[in-house]
Amino acid sequence: MPHPKERRLLLSHADEPGYTGSYEDYTARGGYKTLEAAIRREPAEIKKEVLDANIRGRGGALFPAGRKWGFLDPNSDKPVYLICNADESEPGTFKDRQLIHKDPHQLIEGMMISAYATGTKLAFIYIRGEMFGGARILEEAIEKARANNLVGENILGSGYSCDLIVHRGAGSYICGEETGLIESLEGKRPYPRLKPPFFPAAKGLYMCPTIVNNVETLCQVKHAVELGGKEYAKIGVPNCTGTRIWSLSGHVNNPGYFEVEGGAYTFGDLIYDMGGGLREGRSLLGFIPGGSSTKVIKYDQRYRGKLQDGTEVDWGVEDIPLDCDGCNYFGSSSGSAAVMVMDDTTDVVMALANLNAFYAHESCGQCTPCREGSLWLKKITHRMIAGEAREEDADLLKSIADQVEGRTICAHGEAVAWPVQGFILRFRDEFIDYARRQARERAAREQETTAAVA
Amino acid sequence: METNATDTFELSEEARAEIDRVVPRYPEIRSAALPVLYIVQGEKGYLSNEAIEWVSARLELEPINIYELVTFYPMLLREPTGKRHVKVCRTLSCALNGAYRVCDRFREAFDCELDEVSPDGAVTVEYVECIASCHTAPVVQIDEELYHNVDEDRTEELIQMIRSETKSGS
Ligand SMILES: Cc1cc2nc3c(=O)[nH]c(=O)nc-3n(C[C@H](O)[C@H](O)[C@H](O)COP(=O)(O)O)c2cc1C
Ligand code: FES
Repeated sequence: MPHPKERRLLLSHADEPGYTGSYEDYTARGGYKTLEAAIRREPAEIKKEVLDANIRGRGGALFPAGRKWGFLDPNSDKPVYLICNADESEPGTFKDRQLIHKDPHQLIEGMMISAYATGTKLAFIYIRGEMFGGARILEEAIEKARANNLVGENILGSGYSCDLIVHRGAGSYICGEETGLIESLEGKRPYPRLKPPFFPAAKGLYMCPTIVNNVETLCQVKHAVELGGKEYAKIGVPNCTGTRIWSLSGHVNNPGYFEVEGGAYTFGDLIYDMGGGLREGRSLLGFIPGGSSTKVIKYDQRYRGKLQDGTEVDWGVEDIPLDCDGCNYFGSSSGSAAVMVMDDTTDVVMALANLNAFYAHESCGQCTPCREGSLWLKKITHRMIAGEAREEDADLLKSIADQVEGRTICAHGEAVAWPVQGFILRFRDEFIDYARRQARERAAREQETTAAVA
Repeated sequence: METNATDTFELSEEARAEIDRVVPRYPEIRSAALPVLYIVQGEKGYLSNEAIEWVSARLELEPINIYELVTFYPMLLREPTGKRHVKVCRTLSCALNGAYRVCDRFREAFDCELDEVSPDGAVTVEYVECIASCHTAPVVQIDEELYHNVDEDRTEELIQMIRSETKSGS
């Protein structure tokens, strides 16, 4: 059941008893009415609603959807493609899975509205390969929508036609990066493209104008158009309009997804109230706020100073608002709103070793700094947890990470660097103590052996 | 290109029909590569050299265009797996909640190395990265099914389930 602090817009029916997400259930609650109304209006009007709504991209980069759509060249004679990014593979993130499994028609409606507004004739849902069930659910839902003239030819008699294809990925994180995704959809290895010139809105799929939006973003579009952009923007705060779905995991009693009005509550509320707090006898060490590539925030950080709008604040980590920009004041980002909580029993070296292994595994290998750097980082933290840590490792890790950041074609370079930079910035002493402890243990073992031999 | 391998490669009528249905949906034929590979892998269990050649011919591509996909994407398999494919999530939220132990237990129960088919052919156990269900950590995917909150008891249940199902020949 939803927590009382939640405001459910996208997940309003998701956990309703008896609601199956079927076409019948969805339409019985007013589903597809927004598409029906939108398709009778001018596409430009719908675009304006989305612009006014100021929906910031929920895939992690937080770029406003309406502005992205505005980059489409109205004078281009090439076909426009719309792609829903359902690759959901940034560790910690599991909101799109809920939206797909529990209310697939909401996503289809959001997509068809977006397709109409952008002049798309063929749209795709690129879903990660491991989501077998999700892909089946979407396929079936699309067939149902097609049978009811909501997808396909001459939608609801409007003269507008658009087909929708579910395309399954095959187990590679980099397919979530939008230009890697496009390459993958073209049937190639998902090597991300240089931007510029390959901004998808200008040169995307098949070198045609392409809009890539996250699952949650496209579901938000449905609600923004339903309410009207200006009304929608009254929900939440200016830097985070509408609602946001937070994925909470790690060391909390009640991990889960929580849809919260933008900026209405704080990380303290999320972890201690919605998330049921930490386990008995444990205290907070820190949390990764926006998917595993964002920098860790430590329990004792504070921010004293001005916000962008001039307000003076004195915030501890519990006071950070659940919005889009609050984490920036703590040297991090709210990314994909995936919060991974670590309590005081966490071995920070082990935690970083785990993330380094992830990013090394997922580097596509195209850029040398990312391909080699991620492997070096992984090897160092692996050596550390294998008992061979050195005091200078902390600084070595940071220096490698610093040389990866900003030197790659896509932001995977940052995804490699930021976790390391974050952990070393916040836990440098712990990393050095870890090495010293191991050195003492090694010395003790050596003494034992020498004593035994003598 | 060698036409021999593609002539002798056998694929069921259903699979061929499915491929004929999927391919024309895409504006460019090469986009159909992953879906076609999935159809072939679904029938054969893995992608042999013959399969790669057949798919490349079907899509009017060079074998390298398909080979480079099969060697990149983790879910495209070059070798057969055990009857059941056990994938334990190893990423942070699952690791914080005991995923390493779960994986060790599966390997011990089926006496196998990571990524290799168990001696009895029942399973292949491997680690996968975050499967987007971190709130129900640790999670294990067995073939297409995702299992949540796999604690010690649940691990034993899953091991028993696989044992009984693979013995009965399914
Ligand atoms: C390495 C990497 C992985 C990404 N993975 C995802 C993902 O799994 N899902 C997603 O929606 N966006 C992901 N993104 C962001 C996309 O590139 C893109 O910004 C997003 O799909 C745009 O949609 P939005 O504006 O609606 O957020 C990733 C980016 C990078 C650099
Ligand atoms: S970390 Fe295992 S499902 Fe996300």
